[in-house]
Formats: sequence, C-alpha cells, structure tokens
Amino acid sequence: MKSKKGFLISFMALIPMLFLSGCDTHMVVFEPKGPAAREILGLINWSLVLMLLVVVVVFGLFGYIIWKYRDRPERKDYEPPEEHGSTALEITWTVIPILIVIALTIPTVKSIYNLEKVPKGYENKKPITINVTSADWKWIFSYPEQGIETVNYVNIPAGTPVKFKLTSAGTMQSFWVPALGGQKYTMNKMETQLYLTADKPGEFLGRNTNFNGRGYADMEFTVEAQSPQKFKKWIEEVKNTAPKLTEKKYESLLDPTHLGRLTFNGTHLAWVDHGKMDSKTYLNPEKYRVHGYQGQIFKDEDTSKNKNKKDEAMNMDGHSMDGMDMKGEKDGGGH
Amino acid sequence: MDILLGSIQWNEILMGGDPLIVGSQIAIGLTMLGILAGLTFFKKWSWLWREWLTTVDHKRIGIMYILAGVLMFFRGGMDGILMKVQTLTPEEKFLNAQHYNEIFTTHGVIMILFMAMPFLIGLMNVVIPLQIGARDVAFPQLNALSFWLFFVGAMLFNISFVIGGSPDAGWTAYFPLAGKEFSPGIGNNYYAVAIQIAGIGTLMTGINFIVTILKMRAKGMTLLKMPMFSWTSLITSIIIVAAFPIFTVALALMTFDRIFGTHFFTISGGGMDMMWVNLFWLWGHPEVYIVVLPAFGMFSEVIATFSRKSLFGYKSMVGSIVGIAFLSMLVWVHHFFTMGAGPAVNSIFSITTMMIAIPTGVKMFNWLFTMRKGRIQFTTAMLWALAFVPNFVIGGVTGVMLAMGAADYQYHNTLFLVAHFHYVLIPGVVFAVFAGLYYWWPKMFGHMLNEKLGKIHFWFFVIGFNLTFMPMFFLGLKGAVRRSYTFSVESGFAPLFLVSGIGAFILAIGFGAFCYNIYWSARYADRNISNDPWDARTLEWATATPVQHYNFAKVPEVKSLDAFWHMKKNKVSLDISEDELEEIHMPSNSGQPIIMASIIGVAGFFLVFEWKIAALIAAVGILVGLIVRSFDYNDGYHVHIDEIKKTESKWRKVTKGVNNNVG
Repeated sequence: MKSKKGFLISFMALIPMLFLSGCDTHMVVFEPKGPAAREILGLINWSLVLMLLVVVVVFGLFGYIIWKYRDRPERKDYEPPEEHGSTALEITWTVIPILIVIALTIPTVKSIYNLEKVPKGYENKKPITINVTSADWKWIFSYPEQGIETVNYVNIPAGTPVKFKLTSAGTMQSFWVPALGGQKYTMNKMETQLYLTADKPGEFLGRNTNFNGRGYADMEFTVEAQSPQKFKKWIEEVKNTAPKLTEKKYESLLDPTHLGRLTFNGTHLAWVDHGKMDSKTYLNPEKYRVHGYQGQIFKDEDTSKNKNKKDEAMNMDGHSMDGMDMKGEKDGGGH
Repeated sequence: MDILLGSIQWNEILMGGDPLIVGSQIAIGLTMLGILAGLTFFKKWSWLWREWLTTVDHKRIGIMYILAGVLMFFRGGMDGILMKVQTLTPEEKFLNAQHYNEIFTTHGVIMILFMAMPFLIGLMNVVIPLQIGARDVAFPQLNALSFWLFFVGAMLFNISFVIGGSPDAGWTAYFPLAGKEFSPGIGNNYYAVAIQIAGIGTLMTGINFIVTILKMRAKGMTLLKMPMFSWTSLITSIIIVAAFPIFTVALALMTFDRIFGTHFFTISGGGMDMMWVNLFWLWGHPEVYIVVLPAFGMFSEVIATFSRKSLFGYKSMVGSIVGIAFLSMLVWVHHFFTMGAGPAVNSIFSITTMMIAIPTGVKMFNWLFTMRKGRIQFTTAMLWALAFVPNFVIGGVTGVMLAMGAADYQYHNTLFLVAHFHYVLIPGVVFAVFAGLYYWWPKMFGHMLNEKLGKIHFWFFVIGFNLTFMPMFFLGLKGAVRRSYTFSVESGFAPLFLVSGIGAFILAIGFGAFCYNIYWSARYADRNISNDPWDARTLEWATATPVQHYNFAKVPEVKSLDAFWHMKKNKVSLDISEDELEEIHMPSNSGQPIIMASIIGVAGFFLVFEWKIAALIAAVGILVGLIVRSFDYNDGYHVHIDEIKKTESKWRKVTKGVNNNVG
C-alpha cells in the first residue's frame, strides 16, 4: 500500500510554491503605513509565531506517528495494546492550549482598546474629523470643519490623526484602508468611528469589503496623505473652484451608480446626517430591478424617494421640481 | 386567475437571455423527461413508490439523503467552478456582476444546507440506529417527513435560477441588501421560503435523533458506552434543536418583510438591519458545529478502526464535544467584530472564540494518540481521516488568528477568511463525509467502493483542494476581498488567482472520480463480502451487509465500549438459536410524508412568487394533511418468524470464510 509520506511531501511542496508565485507583489497587511495598521501587524506577527509553533508540533507528531505505526508486512501480527487514555497527557494538551490562548488574549484585548483611541505618539495633535457616507456604489467624504465634500477620494494631512465618522445612505458597507488600519462597517442610521493616521505622505487604496450588490467590485477610493501645507492649499483650492453641492445634486449622487472623482463646496451634512437615528431614508427600489420576476415594492411614509419616472422626465426638460414633494415626513420616531 | 395569482408577467417567470441559463433549462427539461420516460418504460413507478418514496426505513431515507447530497455537491460545485473560471484572469468577462452574485449566493447556501447537511444527516440516518442497536429511529414517519421537507426545500431553492431569478444577496443574506428596498426581485423570496421548509425538516431530525439516542439504545449501552459517532450525533441534534428555531424565526421575519411589507430589518420604518446579522449568526455559528461535530464522530470511528485501537481519551473526547457545543452558542459576534459594537464586546467574543481552540486541540491530540502504538491501515477511508488532521490544523490556526478581534479588522471579508472557512469545512466536513461513505458503503449497498478509484479520488481532491484555497490566504493578505466578481491587472492578484483556479479543476476531477467510483462499484464490485469487511469495532457491523430491513434479528447486549470488537475478542458468537427469535414490530410505509411535503412545496412556490391567495389555498392542504395524520391509527406490522429465519440463515451462511478486505 502506498505510504503516507508521499502525501506529506506533496503537501509540503505546495507551500513554497505558493510563496514563489506570490512574491512578485506585496502583501499590504504586512506593509503598514500608519500606527493602527502597525498595531494590528504586531498582533498578527505574534499570533503567527504561536500558530507556527502549533503547526510544527502537530505536523511533526502526525508525520512521526503515521510513519512509525504504519501497517507493514513485518507488523502483520502486531496486536495494538488496549489503551484508554492517559490523564497526564490529556491534562498536558488541555493546559498548553489554554496558555496559548491566554498569550494571545492579552495583546488582543489591549489592541482592541488601543484602536478605539487616538494612536500613541499622536495624542498632542488635534485630530481632524471626516464624515464618511457610503452609498451604492461610491464613497462620499465630508469635511465638516473645512466645509467641502469629495466623492471616491479623500485627502488627509499626513501625521495627523483622522477621526472618520462612518455611516451609510443605504446598504451596509465596510470601510477599509488596509495600509492604514483595519476596517469598520458603515450602516444607515448608525454612526461608527475609526481613527486612522498616515505616518508620511503617500497614496493608499481603500475599498468596501462588505458585499452590497452589482456595483460592489468597483467600490474603491483613494486616500492621499499630503503634507499639512499641501493639504491646506488643496482645501483653499477646492473652496475657490469646486461647484456648490445642492440638495438636488446630492440626491442624484445617491442613485445606484458608479461615479468618478467629484469635489464640492459645502457638505450634505447641512440637510441630512445618515448616521442619525431619525434621519431621512433615501430609497430607490425601482432602480435595483435586475432580471427575473419582480416582487411587490412597498411604499413607506418616512421614505424620501429620490425620483420616480415622472421626475426623471422633468429633469430632462430642465424644469426639475425634484425632491420638493418627495421628502415626505420625517420618521415619527415612535418605533 | 388574476385574483389567484396576481398579475403575472409570464415572460419574467422563466429566466431567459443568458446562454448558460437557457442551456440549463433545456438540460433540466430533457433530464426530467428522460427520467419520466425511463420510469414508465421499465415499469418502475410502483417499485419507486413502494420501495423508496413511501419508505420509513432509516437506511433508505439515509441513502436518499446521501444521493441528494451527491446531486447538490454537483450543483454547488458547478457554481464554485463558474466562480473560479470568472476569476481565472483579471477583468474576465465570462460572467457579469449580477450573475456572479447569484452564483456565490447559491454556492454558499447549497454547500452548507443542501450538501453538507444531507450528507451528514444521511449518514446519521444509516448508521446511528445500527450503532446503538435499534431497529429504526424513534419516529420513522416523522423521519420520512424530515427528508421530504429537506428535499422539497432543496428543489425549490434550486429551480430559482431558471424560474424567477436566483437569490443574490450572499448566503448570509444581510439586510438591508436582502430586503425589498435593495433587492426587489423575488430571488431572495426563494431564500426565505426554501430554506425555511428545509430547516423545519432539519429541526424535526434533531428532535428525532435526540429521542432515538436517548431512548432506544441496546441493553447495556450506557451513555458512556456509546460509540463516538453516536455521541457527536446526539450533541449535534441538541445544537440543532437549540439553534434552528432562531433561524426559523429570522427567516419568518424576513418573509414578512419581503412579502408582506413589515419593517423588522428594513432601514425605513424603524427596522433594524443589524438584528438580522445577529439572528443569522446566532444560528449560523452553531450551524458550523452542527456540520462539524458528526464529522468528528466519523473520524473517530474510522481512525479507531484502522489503527486497530480504541479511541484514546474517550471521556475527554465526550467532554470536549459538550464543551464545543456550549461555546458554539457564545461566539456569534466574531462574525462581525467590525460592526463597531465596542471594545468590551469584541474582547469578550474574542476570548470565547479562542476558547474553542482548547477542546478542539484536545480532540486533535486524542486522535493522534489513538494512532500511536496502533497498526495504521491506509484504506481510502483512513486516508481521508489522515488528510483531515494537517488540513484542519491549518483551518484551526487561521481560525484562532481570525478570532483575535483587532487582527480580524484586517482579515474580515477578505479571501483570507474565505480560505479559512474552506479549510475548516472541507477537511472537517467533506473529508469526513468521504471517509464515512467509503467506510459505511458496504453497510448500505452490500459492496465496497473501489479502493483504487478511491485513491485517485483522494489524491486529486486533496491536492486540488490545497491548490485552490492555500493561495486565497495570501490573496486576502494582499487585500483581495470576497464576493468580488473581478479584479484589476494592477492589483497583482492574477498569479495567485490563476493557481487557485487550476486547483479548482483538479478538485473537480477528484469529485468526478468519486462519481465514477459509485457507478463502477455498483456495476462491478464484489458482492460476496463479509458483514464485517473492515474488522470494525461497533455494533453496525454485527449484522448483515447490506443490512436487513429490521436491522437485528436479536438486539445484542452491550457490555463495553467498542462492543462488537470485544464480542469478537471474547469469541462471543453472533449465532442465534431459532427459539430465541421473536416476531419483530416494524413501522409501515406511508405516502403521507411525501404528499405533505409536496403540498408545502407548492405553497412555498406560490409564496415565493407572492401569489398570496394561491399560497393560502395550498396552505389549507397542509392543514388537511395534519388532520389526516392525526387520524392515522396504523401502528405498523410484525415481521414473521419464518421470514426472519430465512433472511438470517442466508447471510450467516454466506459470511463463513469470505474474504476480508483488510488485514
């Protein structure tokens, strides 16, 4: 009978092969560009050491046992002993995992708490706040202090902690800039917070990781960390050149579409903050129809439907009355 | 008609356009016609009805579960292959986003609920009553209803892609995406209704097996003399009863939201989408253990048999499954550490999750030490059990890494996570199912599966599996996210995705070898085998192969763990004298389960299409079915002594001096 060794060898051979095939590019999680990502990487590395230890011990024991005790012609008459267990051994392999779990728990809990705060070394810097609103399928960034809004890109000053206030205009998404730190969900009528800091100027990719329909794959944005001077200049420039964000324009942004980069003067926070429990709901169920049999769509009183077909027609004539009678009533709050 | 079915756009009911879908429609249509014509031509209708569709025999129900599992493995596997083809190269145009979304959704649902579950429940059905020395499960007719509900649910779910549209919000169906606000098509109605029907069947199975195992064990078999597979099945059944009702309620609320316009999980009208996520994982995490614990039991049986030793640390094994079951209900938040529940919540759930590694580690070492000092025979069944150890360890250690809340912020929703759960579920469940099938196949069919083909199956499958999923760990760390239908050239993901895609094809060849093995062995395998071809340890091998419908002429008395092994050691003869025989009371076949399940399926179909009045009328049929059942006074029949004598002497004579395949 074919030995188990062949299996082991082929199995082990896979691992370096995979490393080779992957070595032409980088693993973003292992190349942190900010304190939050660094904190997490420290934790990951620590877990890798302990887990590698577990793997080595189990694989070693496994290989040794199946090699040594395999059925061979000369062992044909060997009758294995009756053996029901061993208290000492069983206690050993209960206690060792407990110790490993403790060794992992302490730094994990520490990191979980650290990540909720302004990172160490940046405490004396005044953080800036950016509101992130995810919609299908774009990212909207509002700078409440500076009074500007961008779509699908966000510029931040390097070396300054940024407090991202996350929410969603509709489906649930997850805001992730792996080079700078871990992710957090954005949810409608709910606000989550995430501190991210870039050590140095640079450009980083961010994206949604939580599936939210057809346009999910392309829901990416760029984060550019700029020197504070450059950041200041950019803000000035936007204030002087960018078009003003109107409520009508904003509602059209919330349509399920892909957009490129956009820049606006003013923020939508002036009329809606999707993070508030009693904020208006913007829905476009008609625009989510795909192939197949269509079910009934329910109309809700608290819903502000962006546009229906009639409004679209009016838009084309350039006499838009969009949104005027559509805002509906606010959620009564009696829920 | 309009009142009954609403205003119907017939052209929207049958999906059209996509050549893949139209091709499938034609293929399904032709297959159905072929089956119907074949049954009619060979005059097999009454045989099918009498022997299979109305059966309440746990072994036949188990076999039907397993066949359904093979079928669903094929369907879910096709979905997986399509996904892999789509991501073989960057910016591939094979599938569009919508089609890809539907495919990964059905892949997830089918693989967990309609592949893993029926395989495991099927093997439980075949083996558990035999292993505890019972003649059937506690409620045979309920068992048949469980199966038919599962089957109807699975079929209803499977027709979605040709009739009306597939669900497309992921197997987790997170709100608000899965609600009408963002998915107005009926695809997700299929999710809500089909899984509900199958889930009710599963819940009844759970109850059935708890009662069977607690009340119907052979004389002398105390709980701590029970084989490990029986133990894990008992604990699994308990988890089913604890966890499935949560999903039942969540799916019912989803149905209300989607079909009747309520606001449980919507974002408008004061709904709470996070509540769905919590309810889903309150069921979803225990579900992982529902599928993995019976698998652990099967590995325990296979490893003990082919090491020719009793299980090392039996009591700590039992303790650790109870521990895992307990912890399984306390870890659900680790599926969404990134929801921002706060550091205290995340810390607590990180700790409870990591604690699962402790009992699992205990089990791992117990298996290793079962083999130590043994004489390890590399049968195909044993190869699956052996391959499980290193592969599952990789799944386990990456699971611990994911359990660390802060680190999870970087892994969450990436392919690292996808690789992890495939490394848990494929070695943990699929390998176990294969081990179990190769091991218990003779019990079901009276012949073995071919060992040589089995080894081809094994090597292709295991190597293909590692090639497919190992690269995904690295892809995840590079920032590749799950459920994305494509990736750019600049991302640098291409080489690893290519390796992964090639691996999937090797995996598929392995599965193909398995299907061919079933066919080959059914036609050519030796029927002249002993009732105990593996020289095994537990009671299911103490009776005929394949098992006679009443299981045991006389139920053996159990004196120790590994009862059959000790009977063989102590030369206790299996022979029974004729005056020991008594008439055996057996349950009668019944057509009620399949009829009842079909009516529920029809009602479900109408509900999916939101034809409420038609659904209501069909629901009356369900009520009628329940009433008819309440007035059913048939309490079975007795197997005559002459028949027992004839059956028993037949297999006992044959068994003398037949080839043992091992040893």
